Amino acid sequence: MFTTFFFWYCALVILGCGLLAISLRNPVHSVLSVLVLFFHLAGLYLLLQAEFLAAVQVIVYAGAILVLYLFVLFLINLKEELKLDAFVPGVKLGRGIAVGLFVLLLWALPSFTAGQHGQWTSKLIEENGHVQTLGLEIFTQYLLPFEIAGVILLMALIGGLVLAAKIDRPADNKTASVPEASGQQMEKHP
Amino acid sequence: MNTRLLVPNSAAFDWSTAIPAMPELVLLTIGVVLVALDLFVPTQRRLLPWLTVLGVSVTLLLNLGMSFPLRPDSMLANDGYAAFFSTLCLGCVILTALMREMYAEQVNSHQGEFYYLLIFAAVGMMIMAAAVDLMTIYLGLELMALPIYVLVGMQKQETRTSEAAAKYFLTGVFASALLLFGMSLLYGLTGTSNLTAIGHYIAAHGLLSNSALLVALALMLAGLCFKVAVVPFHMWTPDVYEGAPTVLTAFMSVAPKAAGFAIFGRILFSIFPELYGNWGPVLAFLAILTMAIGNIVALAQTSLKRMLAYSAIAHAGYALLGLVAGTANGMMATMSYLFIYLFMNMGAFGILILLARGQKSRESIDSCKGLAGRNPLLALCMLVFMFSLTGIPPTGGFAGKFYLFQSALAAGYTGTVIIAVLLSAVSAFFYLRIVRLMYMSPADGEVALAQPATAMVVALVISVAGTLLLGVAPGLLFDWAGVALQP
Repeated sequence: MFTTFFFWYCALVILGCGLLAISLRNPVHSVLSVLVLFFHLAGLYLLLQAEFLAAVQVIVYAGAILVLYLFVLFLINLKEELKLDAFVPGVKLGRGIAVGLFVLLLWALPSFTAGQHGQWTSKLIEENGHVQTLGLEIFTQYLLPFEIAGVILLMALIGGLVLAAKIDRPADNKTASVPEASGQQMEKHP
Repeated sequence: MNTRLLVPNSAAFDWSTAIPAMPELVLLTIGVVLVALDLFVPTQRRLLPWLTVLGVSVTLLLNLGMSFPLRPDSMLANDGYAAFFSTLCLGCVILTALMREMYAEQVNSHQGEFYYLLIFAAVGMMIMAAAVDLMTIYLGLELMALPIYVLVGMQKQETRTSEAAAKYFLTGVFASALLLFGMSLLYGLTGTSNLTAIGHYIAAHGLLSNSALLVALALMLAGLCFKVAVVPFHMWTPDVYEGAPTVLTAFMSVAPKAAGFAIFGRILFSIFPELYGNWGPVLAFLAILTMAIGNIVALAQTSLKRMLAYSAIAHAGYALLGLVAGTANGMMATMSYLFIYLFMNMGAFGILILLARGQKSRESIDSCKGLAGRNPLLALCMLVFMFSLTGIPPTGGFAGKFYLFQSALAAGYTGTVIIAVLLSAVSAFFYLRIVRLMYMSPADGEVALAQPATAMVVALVISVAGTLLLGVAPGLLFDWAGVALQP
């Protein structure tokens, strides 16, 4: 009973915060509503008995990533919105497609049946502890995806630096100061 | 620490599971070496394109030489299918690296980052080509996409590149979200992320009539169609292709698309073969739409770059025909076509780079005027590429289209093939208009044409040779694709 109530509470708050995040005009307010969203997402992890993931969710996403977003917002100090041409002519078409997708999911999802279970039962996880179980799986079975994710993060870092560096490098000029600075940061990463 | 579980598991961990990832690891190492070179030996930046070509060639050979039996639990397969698509993508990287220096000279933007971002994107593509697990498919896709977003926006003197990068990023992320939604449904339904295991589970547990599975299929199709720019999921393509630096547009219209088709084929044929009745007609419809919009809108373009962008959309439609057929023959036709498309499209973009000289105003089709008088050799190359893109024998484009139409006919899609042939005839208007401008119009006063750099000449020679050779002996390529598809 309580878990059902708790699930619906979290789900509705997540939905509401998600809508607020994209509809609020002030970017700081948007980030704050995403913060609330992340806390309730952590609540969902708790419901699934994944305490470690819930803690990681709060520490990494709510604690680190959102603070980074806020820093970025304060640093670039956007006074007015940037506007791009819409891809789809008219907002109504986009909304129509979104509603259509929603109805489609409502129609299809009741027939969802859960598939086979893996080797880890919740009792076994309880016995071993979440961290150890997660570590075992990530560093054996899922080592390759884990490493690819690492490379993706490295790419994000290099990409961010390339986009943030102000100048296009001329042919045989001495290296400009900005790429030098980016180089030092890059070494710190791994 | 509880070692009861740890010990048997760590003993069971088998490093040989990492061996199929060897070519990817080698390429990754080369990428990291280039990062270091660019940082610490900035004076030798001129070496970067050649080192890139060398490194990618080594990886290509290594990739062709390696073949391992597939383990049931592995996430990357080193089969012929992966080797075929990796060769295609790496070939595209080589041609791009060869053409880039000339373009960089024109726009005076010599960032060494270009080369290693390209290599990291290539690693992502190789992972996509080899992936047999939903997880590696998705991660490979992201690893490919992320460097390309950056590459599109890298050249910052032009405002349109930043806009293109923003658009590409937003649509790319949206497509990823759709794909992930489909994948998560699929994982929930079957409890495994391995493609073969998912296929077996669906067949064994009678999930075929489950509407959640259909929605998963639809969402994944939508996500993949975004990635390979199939109408109606194409609206980002013209703007992004036009806004991106030309050399990158050439790359984007071939390699990421080929990698997208690699996972497209892998997903459809190993998870959803029994649902062919559902996805076959849908894809046939989308293929018709794609060919129609791509070819008809290309008619109205006055910018050569934008025309090639729409032609890239149309060619995605042709390539889709092989998937529509739903047979091994069809997949072989798609694979061969993508390979031929690599040569003819990279070549056409190479000539565009030479003509445009890095200026937006020269990207118009009028810059082709009188090319035959100014530089007969270049005009002849362009003639070959335009004939091949139209599908006129004896070029590769004809052979590729022939196999595609044949396989779709064999699968019973007669109407689709008739429309495809008609639309190919429409495409002759705008491709051959270029030929007419080159050979039958006098030059517009400007006669000077930059001397192509050595690397550019090499790239053009490879493209022409590939286009013509595959036109004369397409059987070789088709047979290779057939061998690649064998389990």
